[in-house]
Amino acid sequence: MSKTPVQFRVNGQDRAVFAEDAENLLECLRRGVGDMSPKYGCGQGTCGACTVLIDGEPHLSCLTLAQGCGGRSIETTGGLADGPNLHPLQAAFMEHFAAQCGFCTTGMLMAAKALLDKNPNPTRDDVVEAIAGNICRCTGYEPIINAILEAASRGSNSVVGGAV
Amino acid sequence: MAKHRGKGMASINYPIGMNLGGDPSQALVHSNPDGKFTVALSSIDLGQGMKQVTRQICAETLGVPVADVYVDTADSDTGPHCMGSFASRGTHRVGNAVIAAAKEARGVMMEAAAEELEVNPEDLETDGEGNIHVRGAPQRSITVSDVAVAAQFRQGKTISGRGIFLIPLSEVDPETGEMTPVSCFAHACLVAEVEVDDETGEVDVVEMNSAYELGRALNPKMVEQQLVGGAWMGMSHALWETTEPYYPDRDHGPEDFNQYLMPGPGDVVPHNIAVLERPAPDGPFGGKGPGEMCANPVLPAVVNAVFNAIGVRIDDLPITPEKVLRGRRAQGGARPGPQH
Repeated sequence: MSKTPVQFRVNGQDRAVFAEDAENLLECLRRGVGDMSPKYGCGQGTCGACTVLIDGEPHLSCLTLAQGCGGRSIETTGGLADGPNLHPLQAAFMEHFAAQCGFCTTGMLMAAKALLDKNPNPTRDDVVEAIAGNICRCTGYEPIINAILEAASRGSNSVVGGAV
Repeated sequence: MAKHRGKGMASINYPIGMNLGGDPSQALVHSNPDGKFTVALSSIDLGQGMKQVTRQICAETLGVPVADVYVDTADSDTGPHCMGSFASRGTHRVGNAVIAAAKEARGVMMEAAAEELEVNPEDLETDGEGNIHVRGAPQRSITVSDVAVAAQFRQGKTISGRGIFLIPLSEVDPETGEMTPVSCFAHACLVAEVEVDDETGEVDVVEMNSAYELGRALNPKMVEQQLVGGAWMGMSHALWETTEPYYPDRDHGPEDFNQYLMPGPGDVVPHNIAVLERPAPDGPFGGKGPGEMCANPVLPAVVNAVFNAIGVRIDDLPITPEKVLRGRRAQGGARPGPQH
């Protein structure tokens, strides 16, 4: 098995890792970078738990080749909080009880961030559309939708770290 | 084509826990030398709030702040035994075990405090903010933290407690078959309103209204969270989810989340919930727990609503468009008489 050196930015920091053959970005972030915030759900791009932002766009990291990410800027939930200060989306998720088991949460947060970075004043339909690729088993989605709308109304565009 | 509206209701008498050979759970509580407490459980938090509720129960029983209690459910190999997180039993069974353990630990804590203050332990009370003082004389006071240090380093006492809650096996009467499988019931009623498309056979839930009686809501926001999420899951079971193929050939069965259908964020419907609190006599601080009951009534309520809308009685879940259309064909498209 060969290894390929890849350099990219993760949450604002330059990282150099050796990607294994055909390794996907999810595995590379968790194994190589040590960022465990993106989750492995289905491994086939149908659940959204592994969602990360690549140059600001939401991507399913389980379907993205790590080698193709050279020079790109990647954002994960691991970079959302500024020390003890939660990102407005994280705070709103907490206040609205938008997580139970929590496995979908990091993917939801990144899908929501991608939306609010582009559209700071989304409608409910915009929010539904933005998280339509993310499966949640526990919450019934309603608390998540409300949390994202609340974060938007508070001005969640104050990006914390990681953004290019 | 037309869309038909209908309403359906379902009521539940829901047993908390089970009794197949007895239903025990254990808890261990101990203080650390800094006056913080650890609750050791093997009862797993799946996201339903087991850690939060047992933390509240322990803090309330000990008489210390919630922030000073940590719940450790790390390892069911080494932790005290628990039957498990199922049958909506967590709050009731584990909560009672935690009360027993925390009471024993509180007894040792009060003895240690009494020794430090040179008073009788019966004359002491906690203020819930981390202090223990003589009843009626709050100036004669010691912090829980100082008591823990004294117990650990001077008195040689372990501030700890063991707790178990056991619903013993209910024997079956050989003559009558009578037994007492459960001791505690929660209740619910849910009304679902649906819209049925008689051309496509599609069923949309448009609104749900429910009332839940689940003892005291020990954490009202988490109760609401479970009821909202659980009703979504019930709706999903009623209309979408199945591991069986829709057609006899197994090759058409779902293999992944593209084919195993579930409602998404766009299918969420308004759900108005009323929580009625009737504290259970044998529950921890009156709590029973919402648990599985939050999903269960949705299924029969939706089935009844479909019957109310188009007169088709579905007896096999999920209610797929195919079943609705076959049902309509079987009854010639007729609707039943006036609905009551």
